[in-house]
Amino acid sequence: MINIFTTNFGPLISGLGYTLLSSIIALVASLIIGTVFALLEISHKKWVRVIGKAYVEFIRNIPLLVITMAFYVIVPQFIVQMDGFTAGTIGLTIYTSAFIAETVRAGIGAVPVGQMEGARSNGLTYTQAMVQIVFPQAIKIVVPSLGNQFINLVKNSSVLAFVAGFDLMYQGKLIAAATFNTFDTYLVVGVLYLVVTMPMSYAMRYLEKHWSRA
Amino acid sequence: MAKRIRQFGVLLAGLTLLLLISACGKPVADSDALARAQQTGKIVWGVKADTRLFGLMNTKTGKIEGFEVDMAKALTKQILGQSGKAELTQITSDTRVPMLKAGNVDAVIGTMSITPDRQKVLNFSKSYFSAGQSLLVPKGSKIHSVKDLKQGTSVIGVQGSNSVDNIKKAAPAARVLQLADYSQAFTALKSHQGDALTTDNGILYGMSQQDPSYVVVGGTFTTEPYGIAMNKGQDRLTKAMNKALDQLDKNGTYERLLKKWFSDVPGFDVKEVHP
Repeated sequence: MINIFTTNFGPLISGLGYTLLSSIIALVASLIIGTVFALLEISHKKWVRVIGKAYVEFIRNIPLLVITMAFYVIVPQFIVQMDGFTAGTIGLTIYTSAFIAETVRAGIGAVPVGQMEGARSNGLTYTQAMVQIVFPQAIKIVVPSLGNQFINLVKNSSVLAFVAGFDLMYQGKLIAAATFNTFDTYLVVGVLYLVVTMPMSYAMRYLEKHWSRA
Repeated sequence: MAKRIRQFGVLLAGLTLLLLISACGKPVADSDALARAQQTGKIVWGVKADTRLFGLMNTKTGKIEGFEVDMAKALTKQILGQSGKAELTQITSDTRVPMLKAGNVDAVIGTMSITPDRQKVLNFSKSYFSAGQSLLVPKGSKIHSVKDLKQGTSVIGVQGSNSVDNIKKAAPAARVLQLADYSQAFTALKSHQGDALTTDNGILYGMSQQDPSYVVVGGTFTTEPYGIAMNKGQDRLTKAMNKALDQLDKNGTYERLLKKWFSDVPGFDVKEVHP
């Protein structure tokens, strides 16, 4: 097992790098997109709500691999050229954003209605009240489940392996195929994923405790 | 602090367990496969389901069909007698070795070239098909042979196939993209993810037959003798396979099957592939 790691150090670390890069891009982008759709979902205008709901329901009920393949195979044929890494990262972003939208929507829903009413009766506009009063409280409520989404995102980034995205799983598959040592290779790959996700898990737990005290 | 140490302990225990599993356990893969086959009256074959002409899933009937599938059935009957059954299991280029090693299949007949590296971990029968590696490109492509794969071009291959190693040597400047199976690789070529697709000519001819806007160019730049793979140490089964291959060749079954599958493929020469 150690042997696999030392002899394939270069590919594994480069794979880990691509996994991290893809995860970070997808994390930031899906947080933004997810929040936007969460706000659409709780809008006062019905047609806006419908758009938000439709996006979330549509995306979260399709397998991640299908979304990714659509970007890898269909989009380049008809719209714009993109490589496996890009297609994978976009797929990951869109897929995760639907779950984040649901999480954030639930968080906003969990903030007592009195907060919004109080803010509005003190003269704040809907946007001001949402941004300054409700949203900060909602974020604290959803930190634990957001943490879950982020850990899932890192693991889901292995979808890049199926579209030649040069990530950790892709390198793992190549090493397994070259050395015929499948078991040890995937063991090493698994441990490398743990190296990323375990600290995230602990960081989330820390944040959770820290913020619930405040 | 004590809690943290306990958490760390749990993690350590988990890892140790994994290591232990990896160190022990001797599966069915090492018991005599021929004796088992004679006992159960069947041989479990790993065959391709993504490779036209060799082994392809017919989506209408749900059955895998192709030259190698017919060969597997004929070989089974030759070894076990007329009542012998060939049980077909789908494999891909990157699952075939692990499945053999784990004992999920007795033998693999799946466009698998005999290479020195593979012979270190597997037993091979003699070759039943002489292929050679070539390139598939869209009609009108600037790439006419492997020499045109210069800096800035990219080639699509399949994970776990030795064609990927060969192309890295033949065209070191080109970027190599490896996909999971041949249908995905061909789809990627159609989606302009690479300039050419490389693998053995027999497989490429199948793709070209399916979609004539793609053509095989540049001839072959390697020779790839396909053999039937079995787990290392299955010497009795290997011998039986070799004997059965000889018999099929003598009684004309081999040539009949070759003609059945390849006679209408443009540019294909039966004599060229007969080992």
